[in-house]
Amino acid sequence: MSFSPDDVTRLARLARIDVADDEARDVRDKLDAIFGLIDALQSIDTAGIEPMAHAQDVMMPLRDDVVTAENRRELYQAQAPAVADGLYLVPKVLE
Amino acid sequence: MTWEIVIGIETHAQLSTASKIFSGASTAFGAAPNTEASAVDIALPGVLPVLNRGAVERAIRFGLAVGGAINRRSVFARKNYFYPDLPKGYQISQYEIPVVRGGAVTIATDAGEKHVRLTRAHLEEDAGKSLHEGLPSELGGVSGIDLNRAGTPLLEIVSEPDMRSAAEAVAYAKALHSLVTWIGICDGDMQEGNFRCDANVSVRRAGGALGTRCEIKNLNSFRFLAQAIEYEARRQIELIEDGGSVVQETRLFDPDRGETRSMRSKEDAQDYRYFPDPDLPPLTIDDAWIQRIHSAMPELPEAMRSRLVAEHGITDYDAAQLTASRELVDYYHGVCKALPAADTASHKLVANFVLGEFAAARNRADVAIAAVPVSPADVAGLLRRVADRTVSGKIAKDVFDAMWAGEGDADAIIERRGLRQISDARAIEALVEHVLAANAPIVAEVRAGKEKAFNSLVGQVMKASKSKANPAQVNEILRRLLAR
Repeated sequence: MSFSPDDVTRLARLARIDVADDEARDVRDKLDAIFGLIDALQSIDTAGIEPMAHAQDVMMPLRDDVVTAENRRELYQAQAPAVADGLYLVPKVLE
Repeated sequence: MTWEIVIGIETHAQLSTASKIFSGASTAFGAAPNTEASAVDIALPGVLPVLNRGAVERAIRFGLAVGGAINRRSVFARKNYFYPDLPKGYQISQYEIPVVRGGAVTIATDAGEKHVRLTRAHLEEDAGKSLHEGLPSELGGVSGIDLNRAGTPLLEIVSEPDMRSAAEAVAYAKALHSLVTWIGICDGDMQEGNFRCDANVSVRRAGGALGTRCEIKNLNSFRFLAQAIEYEARRQIELIEDGGSVVQETRLFDPDRGETRSMRSKEDAQDYRYFPDPDLPPLTIDDAWIQRIHSAMPELPEAMRSRLVAEHGITDYDAAQLTASRELVDYYHGVCKALPAADTASHKLVANFVLGEFAAARNRADVAIAAVPVSPADVAGLLRRVADRTVSGKIAKDVFDAMWAGEGDADAIIERRGLRQISDARAIEALVEHVLAANAPIVAEVRAGKEKAFNSLVGQVMKASKSKANPAQVNEILRRLLAR
């Protein structure tokens, strides 16, 4: 599969990465190279093989339903750019 | 040309765990902002999610309750989007392989029982909350973020588009709500947002192909669900009849205006770029675990309803009403247990009272069953006096109101207020004689065959006795003395 510059622009927007128009071509070429590898993988016959969801064949560890975390708001908020009344402040968002 | 409405519902039920789905932070409602947001919940670099066994257990319980299949292996995926109350930039959910597949919920409709099929139920985490108002006024142009809710476990339950009216949609939502609270996986408080519905609505000409659907988000009351669907179906029908076409989009319901409005269309809709979360290996569930949960399952509402009809001898209608809520049927059982006789008459008396007087008083006071000031044992004390005819059903209502107001138990109230039923034939005869003497014209009407006039005489006697006379005896004595 190969990417168009429009695909690159769209992906960049979805990922919130600023890709300038003159960079789009270069990024596209790099993505095409990566997808070339994926194309090579896809040429392997995997009929009848159950898809993996994880690189390691391990079981999900589970924890008991117990509250173990303490309130460390002050510590966490010490690093935040802006807080008020215990809230993290961000530029106004409205749907 | 008749139109058919087609509705499917997605429900987010907050699971009643003590801690979050991927962290050890508390899920308790109403804490000060961000005091229940751990390093995992606020997505500090280097943290890893660890799945809460209690959340999985509740999902399995749900799957068993609806007769769905429990996937022995399911996969968590990242749903990618950007919003300030989603600190990781993705929500951990399940996509291709959910924990529960299939199942059904039975609802009552005008045309009888109907099975609404379920597509799936999957585990996911909730996002935080954004506050746009109520911030200090000097902070213009900012939103506040509270991440206490971030990471709260949710079970998203997806139905097939099997409902055909707002009434059916509400019946489904109520049945589902009753089920998740019954099996104890969700506390069901809709005002706190613990049970919220999205409705997918489309319309089509009867028998035609499915129309384009719109999704109405975040309906957190049964009334809003009905209003939103009715408005939306009307909007779509008018649009098509005027020659237009429905655009697939997400809409919001505005309860103040009673209408839905466009939120975003699917054309520029989010592309969530789901992929398996590399932080979480597949969830495996073995047969032994499912078996353990199965054997600890409470009797389900439908099974209990049939049993109450068969063993208690109450009507199917009453049994359905009682089993609509776990708390209500527990109360019913509490009263039954405190009565000496476990026969059909007692059970019917209790069912009538719990669904009648008790329900009415609770509606008037608008309180949850847990907050009702009269215990099941106290109600049993009152019904014992109805059964042995110490008081009539009518007087029992007054006694119950007094019990509700905290005036003591039934016997104390009956004694103090002198409410004991008059069953002494001589005393009643005296009352009847008095009423007959004072109402000669009515007596004449009765003798002329007017049954209504007879009832009026019964009423007069009851009134003269301050409702304390035994009504059956009053009837009998009146007939006897009139026939002299």
